[in-house]
Formats: sequence, structure tokens, C-alpha cells
Amino acid sequence: MRDVAIIGVGATKFGELWDRSFRSIGIEAGMKAIEDANLSGSEIDGLFIGNMSAGRFINQQHINALIADYSGMATHNIPATRVEAGGASGGVAFGQAVMAVASGIHDTVLVGGAEKMTDLDDTSINTIMDATADAEWEAGMGLTLASLYAMIARRVMYEGTATRDEIASVAVNSHFHGALNPAAQFRKEIVLEAVTRSGPVADPLGMFDCAPITDGAAAVVLCPLEEAKKHTDSYVKVSAIAQGSDTLALFQRPDITRFGATVAASKRAYEIAGITAADISVAEIHDDFSIAGILALQDLGLYKKGEAGKAFLSGETRVGAGKVAINTSGGLKARGYPIGASGVAQIAEITDQLRGKADKRQVANARYGLAQSVGGTGSTVAVSIMEAI
Amino acid sequence: MSKVARAWREYPGKYNLEGTKCGNCGTIFFPRRDFCPKCRREGIGKMQKHRVQREGEIFTFSVIYEAPACNSFLKPYAVAMVKTKDGVLVSGQLVDIELDKIAIGMPVRAVLRKLDEDGASGIIHYGFKFVPIK
Repeated sequence: MRDVAIIGVGATKFGELWDRSFRSIGIEAGMKAIEDANLSGSEIDGLFIGNMSAGRFINQQHINALIADYSGMATHNIPATRVEAGGASGGVAFGQAVMAVASGIHDTVLVGGAEKMTDLDDTSINTIMDATADAEWEAGMGLTLASLYAMIARRVMYEGTATRDEIASVAVNSHFHGALNPAAQFRKEIVLEAVTRSGPVADPLGMFDCAPITDGAAAVVLCPLEEAKKHTDSYVKVSAIAQGSDTLALFQRPDITRFGATVAASKRAYEIAGITAADISVAEIHDDFSIAGILALQDLGLYKKGEAGKAFLSGETRVGAGKVAINTSGGLKARGYPIGASGVAQIAEITDQLRGKADKRQVANARYGLAQSVGGTGSTVAVSIMEAI
Repeated sequence: MSKVARAWREYPGKYNLEGTKCGNCGTIFFPRRDFCPKCRREGIGKMQKHRVQREGEIFTFSVIYEAPACNSFLKPYAVAMVKTKDGVLVSGQLVDIELDKIAIGMPVRAVLRKLDEDGASGIIHYGFKFVPIK
């Protein structure tokens, strides 16, 4: 197995991009990443794309062919593969691409993630999101994805491992960083009361506990680590990729206050990278709902159970606080959540952090960064660790 | 439309909470599974139909204010994970209940209700929902 490097990243602005089509945003992100890697594009010999539901959002299947075509790569007939794993589509696509380069089957690979959501109305979009849970026995019984996370939050509060304010402070943290990210959907800090008093979505969670509906795309370029220098001086090493699974339906698990897939994937990732959670300086976590941020920090081993909420509320998860900086991009909540793009956008943010290109969000002296990408209620989790060179 | 067949084949679970029980280790599963994830090879061919107890207590719950179109007329409505007397967790709606009186630990019972319908001329879907035990 070869070591793999990330040599270029790119992303569109995230938001309600009424004037942009799926193919337009997908290509913009890919072109930026190729340009950042100092490539022409003809070096790319494999393409992976994370996309959850173009079939339902824009009525387009066969996304891999669409992106290969409009990125100009179909003229070289290179293989293109679309990866779907609910909200974890981007993280899993990245993992597949790393494996392709590590194995030697591919040399220079472009990993994209894209989702065009706002061509549909909000209710239809949420129904598609609900289908990442169990469509027959959860969504089909009247449950929504938000209500599943709300039931996790209720149970966490009941067991006393986080308070309502601590859960809400996950969104406050993401908005604090979103205000520093020019490409974020929401570039505005919010106060705790803005979350706790926001209109109810699924009690106890309100609108500001939930990541928004977003259009956006992100991309990164991979090559063997030993060849990275040929292209650029600004690259990072992929130290580990790992992935875990769990039951599709939340109710099939005895303990819903943790995601076993995150625990398993992060444990494996730390082993592969030869580090512990204590070595991580910056992490992008999947805060599609605020409560997910509490679970993430605990399941990743960054905080003990009962301590993650306190960390968010006290502000020690913010850049410059001297602890692990969480969601410096603004996270899913403030940067935006174009589903299949988010897992790749996380990798782009960690890459920029580790090569000192994160501008006002820069974490000082970061050596290791982690990204966690989650599908459904933790039924799929991808964990990736990158290292500064 | 295949929606009729899709609904029809799930009637045992949706109407009667019929799941399966592993003949090897006794673990009860809902919805039904074709083999036991605990016993794996030893459990193959030993899964038996098992109706989950209809009574249980609320394990956790939420009140939904933003709902799919098919349920928009229900808003707000409550959902829960219920731990049945078999010790099995099941998800469903809570009905005939005051939304501000719901609590973890409250005893409930599964009843047959209308879930939703496939538009004005489609079939009507029925299934279990939970009501409080007075």
C-alpha cells in the first residue's frame, strides 16, 4: 500500500445558488482543485463523486457520467464512480478514492462531492433526507430525520450527559466559525438564545439546531505521497481512512446516546495513523443536528461522555482556544450542508488548516486534523485523518 | 403501481407487530430478520415468527412541527421509541395523548390506526401507533 497525499482542494460558495446548475457547481469545484494542484487535468486517471440524491433532487441519475463529461474527462474515457451513503456520501467517496491510489490501481484521482438541493421545495427536500433513515419502519411510520435526532437529544438530556444549552451551543460554535469563512452560507455569529428560542422543528430541537438546505460542491486531488512534490509544495498526507456501519434504524440499537460506527471508525483510524485522539488539533464533525456534535466529540474520543457539551458551551471548541478546534469551516450548520459535498468539503478545510491556508480560521501549529462524515442516524460513518508535511 | 404490493407484504409487521425470534438464542427482532446477527450460521433456518408485545413504555420521544406533506395535517404530532414488554425497541407515533404530558417511562399500548394515504385516489396505509394506557 502506498501513502497518499492531497495536493489540491477546491469548493464553491455554499448557499442557495439559484443561478447555478448541478453540473455548473460540480465543475467549478473540480477545476479549482485541479488548478490548486498545478495540474492541467489530463493527469487525472480516476474520478470519484459523492452525491446523495441527484435522482430525486434534480431527476438526474448516472451522476458519474455527467461529471466525467462536463469536467472534460470523458474524452479520455477515464473511470468515474458515484458513491452514495446518505449524509456520509462525500466522506465515503474520499475513502474509496484514497484506497484506489493507495492500492496502485489509480495514480492521480479527483474526488468531488456535489448536491443541488434548492430546485425542490423544503418539504420535498426533507422527505428525501428522511429516507436516509429506515424508509419503511421510521419514515414510513411518520418519523422524520430531525425527530430521530430530537429523540437522541431527549435521551441525552434525560440521562444527564448534556443540557439543552450545551446542545444548542454546538450551533453557536459553528456560526462563530462560519462568520470567519467567506464561502459559508451563514456568515453571522449567533447567541445561545437564538438557538433555544428558534421555531420548533422536532422538540426539543428547533430550526437553529438543524443544518440548512444548501447547494454546493467541493473537490480534492489525490496522488501518491512520493509524487506530491512534483506538483506542489503545498500538500498534506492522508494518515488514515476508516469507515463504520450500524443498524439502519435507530430503534434497533440498545444505546442511542452514542454512534457505534463513529467509535469503531475512529478507533481504527487512530490505529492506522499511529496516534491517539490527543494528537488531533482540528476536527470537522458532522453537525447536521446540534446533538450530533455532542455525540461526535465523545465518540471520537476527543472528550469523555458528559464533557463535550461543556466544551462547546465554554467556547473551548473555538479556534484559538488552545484545545481541539471544532468545525472551523462553520460546519454543516453555518458553512451549509449540500449533502454529498459536505464530506469532501470537510477534507478541503482540514487540508487548508494543515498547510496554513485557513486565513482567519487558522489553527496554530496543527499537525493532525480529522474529518467525520455521517449518514442517517450514524448508520454509516467515515473518519479520515490528515497530517501536515 | 407497486405501492399496493409494497404495503401489502408488510401487513404482518405493520398491523400485528410481527417480527421474528431466533430459535437458537431467543433474541426477538422487530421488524423481521431472515437470520440472527448474533448466532449467524447457527441461527440460519431457525428464525420463528414472533408477535412483539403491544404494551410497553416510552423510551424517548419528540413532537414534530415540520412534517412530510402526507402528514402535514397532523402537525404538531408526537413520535416515540417504545420499549415493549419483550424488551424490544419500536418506533411509532403517539396519539390520543396531550402533547405536553408525554414523559419517558409512560406506559403505552400499540393500536391499529391510519398512517397516511397515497393521494386522493390511492390506497390508505394502516399501521400501529401508540396510545397511553389509562
